Amino acid sequence: MAGTAVRGRLTWQVATVGSVSDETASVRTLELDVPGWAGHQAGQHLDVRLTADDGYVAERSYSIASAPDEPVMITVERLADGEVSPYLTEEVRPGDDFEIRGPIGGYFVWPWQDPDSPLLLLAGGSGVVPFRSILRHRAKIGSTVPARLLYSARSLPDVIYHAELATPRDDVEVIYTLTRQQPAGWTGHSGRVTDALLGEVAWPPGQHPIAYVCGPTAFVESVAAGLVGLGYPPDRVKTERYGGVGGP
Amino acid sequence: MDALDGNAIGGLLQEIFGAEMTTAVATCATCGTAGVVAETVVYLRAPGTVMRCRTCGAVLMVVVRREDVNCVDAEGLAALEPS
Repeated sequence: MAGTAVRGRLTWQVATVGSVSDETASVRTLELDVPGWAGHQAGQHLDVRLTADDGYVAERSYSIASAPDEPVMITVERLADGEVSPYLTEEVRPGDDFEIRGPIGGYFVWPWQDPDSPLLLLAGGSGVVPFRSILRHRAKIGSTVPARLLYSARSLPDVIYHAELATPRDDVEVIYTLTRQQPAGWTGHSGRVTDALLGEVAWPPGQHPIAYVCGPTAFVESVAAGLVGLGYPPDRVKTERYGGVGGP
Repeated sequence: MDALDGNAIGGLLQEIFGAEMTTAVATCATCGTAGVVAETVVYLRAPGTVMRCRTCGAVLMVVVRREDVNCVDAEGLAALEPS
């Protein structure tokens, strides 16, 4: 049955780079042309596979940055010792291609079972990527569920999607905390996300909110524990860990 | 290498099982805790891919790829049920 796509199976397919746009000094968004893309849900990811001339293969997962009805986009942060991200952020040009498979995941997706739950998004660094997909999707489907994004970044120039997030949208609040460097006159929050800040930003548990936490592992563990401490049921705190790299 | 979670092996598990598995419920054979695969602790290069119980830390599953074949050891799982 070689060459026959089996239902439910993931197959590697060729993605061609369309447009490329810089988000920050080390983060780039790639729009991909993927013939026959099955369509994705907000919050899902895809796997990228690069094969070197000597046959060496490297695979990495990237969250999908675009809404379900848009072309597939991924946003990639360059890691100094990375095997895949330097290629995707520095080398790749429109018209180049590489292999992907997806969409992947059914857990870290929105809407979830209760579409009316107030939405709380908590991002550390590049953990904001799936939230662009979720917020764009929320706008496209005309959802009026209130949404808050708490975004922890190293500094203002490290904020990904800054212009888009600064565009006022109905019932979406974006709250920043800058962990390493704050510009002169910064009136937002500084430092890591503390339980006190969480208490200020998080919807009260009595409103039956749903929380999504994405970022470096240490960020996710600390924020998820903080939410449970505030009274969030653990099954209303969805988590996705990116590891120890590219932290806020 | 930092611990990730079951989301990170959604593609690998779909390759092995032929279905979306991050929402499947995994039951630890050691402590009996049941939870979604997405919430398990995952190490990608341990070597091999290792999935551990978030409650007790026991190994639930190990996947080692040899050439194009995935060898799956799921001895630490009492059950793995798609949602």
